[in-house]
Amino acid sequence: MRTLKFLLEKEFRQIFRNKSLLPILFVLPMVQLLIMPLAADFDIKDIRVAIVDNDHSSYSRRLTEKIGASGYFHIEGFAASYAEALRLVGTGSADIILEIPPQFARNLVKEGDQKVYLAADAINGMKGSLGASYLTAVLTDFNNDIRVEWMQPQKMEPQPTIEIVQENWFNPSMNYPFFMVPGILVILVTMVAGFIAALNIVQEKEIGTIEQINVTPIKKWQFILGKLIPFWLIGMIDFTIGLLIARLVYGIVPVGHIGTLYLFLSVYLVALLGFGLLVSTYSDNQLQAMFVAFFFIMIFILMSGLFTPVENMPGWAKVISHMTPVTYFIEVMRMIVLKGSDFGDIRTPFLIVLGFAVLLNAWAIFNYRKTS
Amino acid sequence: MTDKAIVCKDLCKQFGDFTAVNRISFDVNKGEIYGFLGANGAGKTTAMRMLCGLSYPTSGEATVAGYNVYRQQEAIKRNIGYMSQKFSLYENLTVRENIRFYGGVYGLSDSQLKEKGVELIERLGLGKEMNKLVGELPLGWKQKLAFSVAIIHQPTIVFLDEPTGGVDPVTRRQFWDLIYHAADQGITIFVTTHYMDEAEYCHRLSIMVDGRIDALDTPAELKRKYSARTMDEVFYALARGAKRSAD
Repeated sequence: MRTLKFLLEKEFRQIFRNKSLLPILFVLPMVQLLIMPLAADFDIKDIRVAIVDNDHSSYSRRLTEKIGASGYFHIEGFAASYAEALRLVGTGSADIILEIPPQFARNLVKEGDQKVYLAADAINGMKGSLGASYLTAVLTDFNNDIRVEWMQPQKMEPQPTIEIVQENWFNPSMNYPFFMVPGILVILVTMVAGFIAALNIVQEKEIGTIEQINVTPIKKWQFILGKLIPFWLIGMIDFTIGLLIARLVYGIVPVGHIGTLYLFLSVYLVALLGFGLLVSTYSDNQLQAMFVAFFFIMIFILMSGLFTPVENMPGWAKVISHMTPVTYFIEVMRMIVLKGSDFGDIRTPFLIVLGFAVLLNAWAIFNYRKTS
Repeated sequence: MTDKAIVCKDLCKQFGDFTAVNRISFDVNKGEIYGFLGANGAGKTTAMRMLCGLSYPTSGEATVAGYNVYRQQEAIKRNIGYMSQKFSLYENLTVRENIRFYGGVYGLSDSQLKEKGVELIERLGLGKEMNKLVGELPLGWKQKLAFSVAIIHQPTIVFLDEPTGGVDPVTRRQFWDLIYHAADQGITIFVTTHYMDEAEYCHRLSIMVDGRIDALDTPAELKRKYSARTMDEVFYALARGAKRSAD
């Protein structure tokens, strides 16, 4: 116990004396939390539409105005022909083409039926498909408007239609920061715990001080605890600051119990520190550790469901996704912070992450040898 | 048994099909200053690492301070001090913090820590530099400090791996004063060096060539045996036949 006290004293002194490490530990994550959610916004606004109006009737003008007024579209220009509109897409100044055929109004009035042509630039698949579906929604709406106008004077029974009304639960205004901030916070804690711990131990190897430690009676578990505890605490502090920023800047107040959140975090940090420790036992220098940790953390993040829903991944990717602790924490974060889930709801991910913690640390301790 | 600090018999270390240390046998008496010489790559550091419990021998027997190198490494580690070729104090801790840390992990009590710290700083004349980061000290002082820290817990044996590499002659001389002072307190010294004048300071020494110990005796006796005037000539006579290239 006394040995551990000396180890901790030394670690804290070194951490707080390291002028380049402190900003990395405390300032960088916070800056990222302030910037990333703004950038990682999947809400599509300002879709640029090029309109080819071959009709020039009052109906076609009404449709155009409706599109412009929806808030999601920006009418980039009116093209004389489809080919000209396509050139606008080609130069990147328009995302969607809406072609209104000649005789649009006439056919609409006479035959009660008219098709319009819609083409979307799908290089950015998300923007293309969302834009097209928004535009379809506007068209449907337009369709309903004119139907109402025509049916009413005839006093006929309206045709039965099913209207779908959507309500978004847990994030009613579909606010992206609500969705992204808890996830990004997980990533930040992951980086601090996974990277810094790995680099720190490898640094001792590189300088050669670990050899001096290895000839002292310091036990393996003492040395490892001496390394884990400081970074565990830093992870906790970073997370707390992150939660405060989420509250003050993004107005996110966890709906669920904060104790449950911290309980999960404390185990999660042990798992991630175990990962860092494991990387350090396999690396001889900081460069090596950096690349190995970077490789895995990239996979962790991309497979974690932060950016793309895990449910949409192919089977093999789902398997990988479920083999990374990050996936579980992002899931649990969103459950507790946005939905207000309690411990009963997160029991399974909790036990899985506990398993990760035990496995990774046991492996690391096994692999760290005082005698080669 | 009790008057031997190190007993080593047919100790071997093999890395793949490379025999780094080839059946070396020697004893070190308690309180002795034992020089462990050899060219670069002769296997000195490997042999020393086995004796310190940092590396498992491939075969052979050895006891250090009465403890077996295969099974009782933790007991060995409590009873030895070690100073490696690489400087191994924490450069981003102060002189005082380093002393406190290493003293602490060797189980010194708070009062011992204070007492030892004061004594050590005084002996090294580091009073003014006590709160300076170790990284800011000149190399010679770093080495003297590293040695003093290595023996802070009064070990039975201290292992020194080229402790005076890159240090000026005056500081080397002071360093050997520290070694003699430690030997007077009953600490056995096991030292490797490339300086033949330092070899003369040892009570007994062995010279390793290509993983084997080719000579073991007092400096005077070795010079007589190889009919050489200086230790330099003895070393040349032995190391000339080395097959291994330097590491």
